[in-house]
Amino acid sequence: MSDAAESGGLTLGSGGPGIDEEYPLQAEGLRKAFGGITAVEDASFRVERGSVTGLIGPNGAGKSTTFNLITGMLDPDAGTVTFDGEDITGLEPHAIANRGLVRTFQIARELQDMTVLENMMLAPKGQRGESLWRSVTPGVRREVIDQESELLERVWEVLEFFDIDHLAEEYAGNLSGGQRKLLELSRALLTDPDVLLLDEPFAGVNPSLEKRLLEHIHELREQGYTFLLVEHDMDLIMENCGRVIVLHQGQILTEGAPAEIQANEEVIEAYLGGNV
Amino acid sequence: MRDDVVARIPGGDTGAIVAVLLVIYAAYVLAGVGLGFSLRGQLNTVATLTFFIGVFAMLSLALNLHWGYTGLFNIGIVGFMAVGIYVMALVSKPLYEAGGASQVGGLGLPIVVGMLAGMAAAALLGLVVALPALRLRADYLAIVTIAMSEIVRFSFLSGDFQQFQLFGERVGFGGGSGLILDYTDPIEAFFSVVGLWDAYLGVVDAFGVLIPTNPKPIVDGLVYGALLLGFVAAYFWLLKRTGESPFGRVLKAIREDEDVANSLGKNTNRFKIKAFMLGCALMGLAGVLWFMRSGAVTPNTFRPRITFFIWIALIIGGAGSNTGSVLGGAVFAALLYQGPRTLKNLIDAVLPSTNAPSGFGPAVAPLFSTLDPAPLLFYTLDSVRQLQLVFMGLVLIWLMHNRPEGMLGHRKETAAGIPLTAQRAQKRQAADGGGGDDE
Ligand SMILES: Nc1ncnc2c1ncn2[C@@H]1O[C@H](COP(=O)(O)OP(=O)(O)OP(=O)(O)O)[C@@H](O)[C@H]1O
Ligand SMILES: [Mg+2]
Repeated sequence: MSDAAESGGLTLGSGGPGIDEEYPLQAEGLRKAFGGITAVEDASFRVERGSVTGLIGPNGAGKSTTFNLITGMLDPDAGTVTFDGEDITGLEPHAIANRGLVRTFQIARELQDMTVLENMMLAPKGQRGESLWRSVTPGVRREVIDQESELLERVWEVLEFFDIDHLAEEYAGNLSGGQRKLLELSRALLTDPDVLLLDEPFAGVNPSLEKRLLEHIHELREQGYTFLLVEHDMDLIMENCGRVIVLHQGQILTEGAPAEIQANEEVIEAYLGGNV
Repeated sequence: MRDDVVARIPGGDTGAIVAVLLVIYAAYVLAGVGLGFSLRGQLNTVATLTFFIGVFAMLSLALNLHWGYTGLFNIGIVGFMAVGIYVMALVSKPLYEAGGASQVGGLGLPIVVGMLAGMAAAALLGLVVALPALRLRADYLAIVTIAMSEIVRFSFLSGDFQQFQLFGERVGFGGGSGLILDYTDPIEAFFSVVGLWDAYLGVVDAFGVLIPTNPKPIVDGLVYGALLLGFVAAYFWLLKRTGESPFGRVLKAIREDEDVANSLGKNTNRFKIKAFMLGCALMGLAGVLWFMRSGAVTPNTFRPRITFFIWIALIIGGAGSNTGSVLGGAVFAALLYQGPRTLKNLIDAVLPSTNAPSGFGPAVAPLFSTLDPAPLLFYTLDSVRQLQLVFMGLVLIWLMHNRPEGMLGHRKETAAGIPLTAQRAQKRQAADGGGGDDE
C-alpha cells in the first residue's frame, strides 16, 4: 500500500497528497475566550500548501489555543476553519484528523501504559481490526492479522528513521521528554496526514536529531506535505519557514516572509516590550 | 515477585488458573472431610463452589472490558444482570394459563431465544445509559449507572409492570412478590436440544451407584457448574481476542488519554459505546446464568451489593488482565463469598457447643469489665457470615495499601493482533514462510 520509499527509507503510506488548492488550511475571524481572558481574537490566516509555516508569538499569545480551535479540541466562539475547501469548524477532532489535518501536543501526550510499538500501531488510519466483529470472528480475523503485520513493518521503518527503534518495547511512560516528543511526531506521521500542526516539536530534542528532523520535514514538504509549526527558537523559524505568522495577545500581529518579520518593528516590540 | 510464581507454573495463564482452582477445590474438599461430609455433601459443595466461581469469573471478565480496558466506571452491573434474567424469563416462560402456579405467563419461546433476548436487552439498556453519559466525563457514567440499576430494580418492583399484555399474551415481571421461572429446566432443555437427554438420564442413573438416593440434583449441579466454566472459557476467549486487536488497542488508548485517541482520528465515542454494550450484554448473560435455575427471582435480589462484589473480584484479580479477572472471580467466590459460610460450618463442627453471646453489647462488655476476650471471640466466630462485608472491606483496604494492582494487574497484555516484539530482523529474514499467529 506504500510507494514512498524515496525519502530516506521512510514510508508514510499512499504517496503525497494531491495538490489541488493553494491554501489547504484557512482560518477566518477565529475567537475564543476563557472567562475573562480572550485567548484568540479575530484571527484570520491561511497556510500555503507545501510550505513550512511558522506560528510564533510570546508565551500566552494563543498559539496552542489556535491549534485547539483548528483541530476541534475546542469550539471557537466565532469564526470558521476551512480545510481543503470545506468548512470543518466544530467537527469532532477525529473527523478532522481523518481528513488529513493532524496535530501534536505541546506537552507530549504519550500513552503511558502502552509500549512505543503499541502507541505507533494505534495511529494508522483504516485499520480493519478496529471493527469489533472483524477482530473476533474466526476466519475474518485472518485479514486483521495480515494487516497488523503490514502495519508493524511500516511502524518499524518510522521508528528506525526517528532513531527510537531501540525503545520499541519500552513503555511510553518510561521515555525521556525528548523521546516522547519524537514518539508523538512519528505517531502523527503514521496517520498519513496532509497537513501537520506541530506544537513545539523540538522542545527537548537533541540538536543533531533536530537537524535530521528538519531535513526530513523539508523532504516531506517537497512531496507536498504542509506544516504549521509553533516554535520559540527564532533562528530555527527564520531558517526553516517560508512564511511566518505572528500572534500577539490573541491577535495576528503580522504575517510574511521571515526577513520581513525580522525587520518588523511591531514584532520586535511584542517580543522585547511584552512581558516575556 | 508474584509474577515469577505465575511464570513458574507450567502452562502459562491457563496453568495458573488451573492451579488456583485446584488449590481452592483441595481446600474445600479438606474442609468437607473436616466437617465429616458425606460424598453427597462433598459433591454438593463442589457444585455450589463451581457455580459461584463461574458466575463471578464471568462478571469480572465483563467488568474488566469496561474498566480494565476502556476505563468505563460502571457501578450498575447488577441492573444489567437483572434485565438479562427478567427479559429472558419474559420470553421463555410458558404462555399464561388460568389456574396455573404462575400469576403471569411469558411468550413461550425456547430458552436460547430468551437468553439472546436477555443479552440484547442488557446491551440496549447499556446503549441508552451510555449515549448521554459517555459524552460527559467519567464520573457521570458512574452516577448514571448506579442510578439506572436502582431504577431497574424499582421498575421490576412496581405494580405497573407486574402484569401487562404483550403480543396478546398475559405477561409481566411479577412485582415485589417475584417471578416464578416455570420453564423447562435449562439442563433438560439443553440436553434435549442436542438430543442427549436420554443419555443424560442414563448417566444420572449410573451415578446412583455413588449416591443411592435421588442423585439427579447432585449431577445437575455438577453439570451446570461445568457448563458455567465452559461459559467462562468462552468469555475469556472472546475478550482476549477483543483485547488483542486494533479495536482493543483503541480501547486501551481511550483509557490512557481519550483526547490523544481522538486526535489520531479514532471516533472514541463509538468505540466506548461498542465496548460498553458488549460488556453489558455479557453481564446480562451472566445474570441469566446465575439465576435461571433458581426457580424464581425477586427484584430485591438485585441490590447494588452484587455490583460491589464484582468490583472486589476484579480488584483482587487485577484490572486490565483477563487471566487476573478469572483468578479474582475464583478467589473472591471461594474465600470471600462462600468462604465465611464454610468457615462457620467448620467452627461449629470443631467447637460444637460454645454459647456465643447474642449481641454485640454482651460480647464486648466482658472485655472491659473482666478483660475476658472469649465472648467477643465467640461472637465474632458465630457471626462470621454476617461479618462477610466487614471482611471484604478489610481485604480491600489491605489490597489498596499493599497491592493496588491486584494479583495480575501489573501485567500488561499487549493490544495487538500479533506479538509486538523487537525480534524483527530475524522475522523479516524468515518472512513469507507463513504466519500462524492466529489460531
Ligand atoms: N483551557 C483554558 N482555560 C483557561 N485559559 C486558558 C486555557 N487554555 C489557554 N488559556 C489561556 O489562553 C491564553 C493563551 O494560551 P495558549 O496556551 O494558547 O498560549 P501559547 O501561545 O500556546 O503559549 P506558550 O508559548 O506558553 O505555549 C493564556 O493566557 C492561557 O492562560
Ligand atoms: Mg502553547
